[in-house]
Amino acid sequence: MSETAGVLIELSGVNKSFKTAEGGARLVLDSVDFTLKEGEIVALLGKSGSGKSTLLRIIAGLISADKGRAVYRGQPLYGPASGIAMVFQSFALFPWLTVQQNVELGLEAQGVAPDEREKRADAVLEMIGLSGFGGALPRELSGGMRQRVGIARALVTNPDVLLMDEAFSALDVLTGETLRNDMLDLWDGDRIPTKGILIVSHNIEEAVMMADRILILSSDPGRVRTEIPVALPRPRNVDSLEVRMLIDEVYAQMTSRPAKAEAAGVAETAHIGYRLPETDIGRMEGILDLLADEPFNGRADLPMLAEETELSDEELFPTCEGLGMLGLSQIEKGDIALTPLGRTYVEADQQLKQQLFGQQLIAHIPLAAHIRHSLEQEPSGTLPEKRFLELLEEFLKADEAERVLHVAVEWGRYGEVYEYDFHTGRLQLPKSDEIEAQD
Amino acid sequence: MAQLYPQSLTALKWEMRPNRWDWVLLPLIFSIIVSIAFGAMQMTHPYSVGEPTAISLDPIYLPYYLLRTILRMFIALGFSLLFSFIFAAIAAKYRAAEKAMIPALDILQSVPILGFQAIAVAPFIALFPGNLLGVECAAIFAIFSSQAWNMAFSLYQSIRTVPSELSEAARIFRLSGWQRFWRLELPFAMPGLLWNMMMSMSGGWFFLVAAEAISVSGQDIKLAGIGSYIAVAIENRNLTAIGWAIAAMMGGIMLYDQLFFRPLLSWADKFRFEESQGETAQQSWLLDWMRRSEVMRGFSNWLWATLSRALGWFPRHHDGTSIRARQTTLDPIWERAWDAILAAGGLIAVYQLFVFIHREVGWSEVAHVFGLGLLTLTRVMVLIGIASVIWVPIAVWVGMRPAYSQRVQAMAQFLAAFPVNLLFPLVVGALVYFKLNPEIWLSPLMIFGTQWYIAFNVVGGAASIPNELRLAADNLGLKGWLKWKRFYLPAIFPSFVTGAITASGGSWNASIVSEFVTWGPTSLVATGLGSYIKVMTEKGDFHRIALGIGVMCIFVMCLNRFFWRKLYLLAEDRST
Repeated sequence: MSETAGVLIELSGVNKSFKTAEGGARLVLDSVDFTLKEGEIVALLGKSGSGKSTLLRIIAGLISADKGRAVYRGQPLYGPASGIAMVFQSFALFPWLTVQQNVELGLEAQGVAPDEREKRADAVLEMIGLSGFGGALPRELSGGMRQRVGIARALVTNPDVLLMDEAFSALDVLTGETLRNDMLDLWDGDRIPTKGILIVSHNIEEAVMMADRILILSSDPGRVRTEIPVALPRPRNVDSLEVRMLIDEVYAQMTSRPAKAEAAGVAETAHIGYRLPETDIGRMEGILDLLADEPFNGRADLPMLAEETELSDEELFPTCEGLGMLGLSQIEKGDIALTPLGRTYVEADQQLKQQLFGQQLIAHIPLAAHIRHSLEQEPSGTLPEKRFLELLEEFLKADEAERVLHVAVEWGRYGEVYEYDFHTGRLQLPKSDEIEAQD
Repeated sequence: MAQLYPQSLTALKWEMRPNRWDWVLLPLIFSIIVSIAFGAMQMTHPYSVGEPTAISLDPIYLPYYLLRTILRMFIALGFSLLFSFIFAAIAAKYRAAEKAMIPALDILQSVPILGFQAIAVAPFIALFPGNLLGVECAAIFAIFSSQAWNMAFSLYQSIRTVPSELSEAARIFRLSGWQRFWRLELPFAMPGLLWNMMMSMSGGWFFLVAAEAISVSGQDIKLAGIGSYIAVAIENRNLTAIGWAIAAMMGGIMLYDQLFFRPLLSWADKFRFEESQGETAQQSWLLDWMRRSEVMRGFSNWLWATLSRALGWFPRHHDGTSIRARQTTLDPIWERAWDAILAAGGLIAVYQLFVFIHREVGWSEVAHVFGLGLLTLTRVMVLIGIASVIWVPIAVWVGMRPAYSQRVQAMAQFLAAFPVNLLFPLVVGALVYFKLNPEIWLSPLMIFGTQWYIAFNVVGGAASIPNELRLAADNLGLKGWLKWKRFYLPAIFPSFVTGAITASGGSWNASIVSEFVTWGPTSLVATGLGSYIKVMTEKGDFHRIALGIGVMCIFVMCLNRFFWRKLYLLAEDRST
């Protein structure tokens, strides 16, 4: 226990599962170990479903782990602790309270006297660049200003640990960067008493620019896959070679398959309940076209592609994953490359494109193949979506199951593999196929 | 803290320099306070049962009656609010309590308002022997029962749907349950609660005659108020007095709308949660005046400072690292035991009911009352159908024109408040003159007060159709019936269902007033559950009142559960 002097947060062997609709359990976090030490900023990266938000909420004391220990400064965590504050993605300001009242909220709960409260809130508002805005209502402010209030509200309680849940992702790029830099200035200038910061993010560049350590979580269930230390001094320059190389490395890590699956040579898409990536077909085809053209000529560095397309990592990754699953492109070491089939696809006319899409869908997406297969056995050629939702809910949470089926429906429609009637909630074989079947 | 107090007092003194707005505002506020005090003093008169209470039809007494009536309604509103706070806070917090409380509220909501009164009059009179205060309490209780259930349910629903990120923020910053209620839950629920309060006030007017002119088991007590005035005017077939009553009522509604609800709505604008909504904020001249007045501002600053000190009353002393924050998993046996107790309670109630029916009223009577219920059910459904056919096209037309639809909310309040009793002279006259069948022609009275809910909800729904959608429909050349089928009707369906649910509930309630109509010596009766309850109430046959109310409860609950809720879910599904 003598080692624990500089340790703020320690999780060991944390498991967390959520109940599925059938009453079964779905594992979200699988024996996760995590430490946050004094004086460091740690970034958590991972795809959606990697449980990074869940991990953050366990540290915040909002949910409790099923198994394992969560310890804050040597004390077990049963609920929100007074030394831990959080900044939310959607700001979570109380719209009916003024900026001043919002900032004072935590102090009010702690029973701090009104004049003391006012003094401390004023000081923090000034530090974060909001002096003069105390009387404004949140709705009068821009997104960036609102998040400043969110940060001020967290900092005013003088937290030991600051948790940032995608704090900059709801802001436009420029505003997000400014706020991020202001935050780092406060931290590096020792102007805030905070001892440790944990950032959950989708944005790789953000993580590389801010963190001393980056943890990458794998999905389904979430496990700590890799840890990448970042030894560069701050402030860091985005265009410097070291930073670019680090960003490349993280991209490569994020897009590589887990070592186990690779070793076994199994495709990642081997099961029906796979979490199909959230992307749309227009975006996937756009990326393919871009890849085929100058300057990429069939192969692109992912960070470069992100810049070219102006897509966030949150949008780019699922799109690349979708293309990879369909065998139209593949990812190697942070690069994305067109497959021969992808090349044919880009050059095909619209009808052939949809035909190819449908063919790949049945070959590589088990859920789509299963839907088609089941429909073909029905004399009427239709089935209620409920059956497939129930199947998915064995693997996924209800809303996630709905989302995945939605993706499968969109893809199936495009590939003319099956259709979906919104009003009846039924899946059916395409009309043209029925006629063929009758002939 | 000790130092702060004198400081805020000096601040108050400094701001106490009256400006011109003060000179306008102060007389207004003083006159309100004085009239409230006067009205309140009148409430405790010595009284013995059987003593006649004189109501004069002279319009000169109307302002006084109006004052008494409005005072009664506000007292009831205050109690409803208190009830809602306590009910919603407990039901939202404790799952075990919720299991019993929500079904109970469901039942209370479907009990007709006059049913409460029939049961409550005698105990309240016994509570204050020899004083009018008992009867006064009974009247207030009747009004309370027309307001409280709605409001409690609205508040409970809102608390349950507090956005998760705000709820998380409240937990992270360790607000205690007390702070959470005042800082998060109540403000979030405020818009819905206010709208419900306004509509409940209107609902109170609708049953005013029955609440103030109490005729239970042969007793005939008339409390000073507009409701009794209308009752006496009907007995005496005095049409001029009816006209005066309508005018006074309109005046009263305008008065509390301008002096109470408008400022409150305008102030509560900041509680709107959706920031994207293009709704224009409510304007209130009174609130503007009060904000400009130095004295009022000083007073309100002092008031808020004092109130916010109350936020520190029940603080949370420990944080998440204390053993007290550790979740103690309750033995599932206790949960099952509680379920068993609830189930046993339910079974005992059913058994008691069985015995009661068998011994006191007989099964043939039950069958008869169920038959009457079916008759009333037919009336309610047919009338809602007819009202929809009439109102939906008109409401869509109005909703498409923002200039009109803006004013609709103010009208909603008045029209929904219009007591159906005021139409009795017209209806009785027409029915007698044209020799019409009361079984059919009395029915429109049932929907008279509640059809507006359909109309106003549809207006609201049509007004919120996005402009682009409208342009797209025009661009595609949608016309005639096709335009209705493909565009208007699907677009307003959710708001129509909401309105129809309210209208249906209200119509059942209204059936008691409108299936049995009197004008002077003439009485017209339509066979149905409403007239059955009304007749039994006048006779004072408590067994049959209970039976009638019970059957009505069953009808309303079944209709809600198996018809309206299904429709509501369908509407919700389509619109997202």
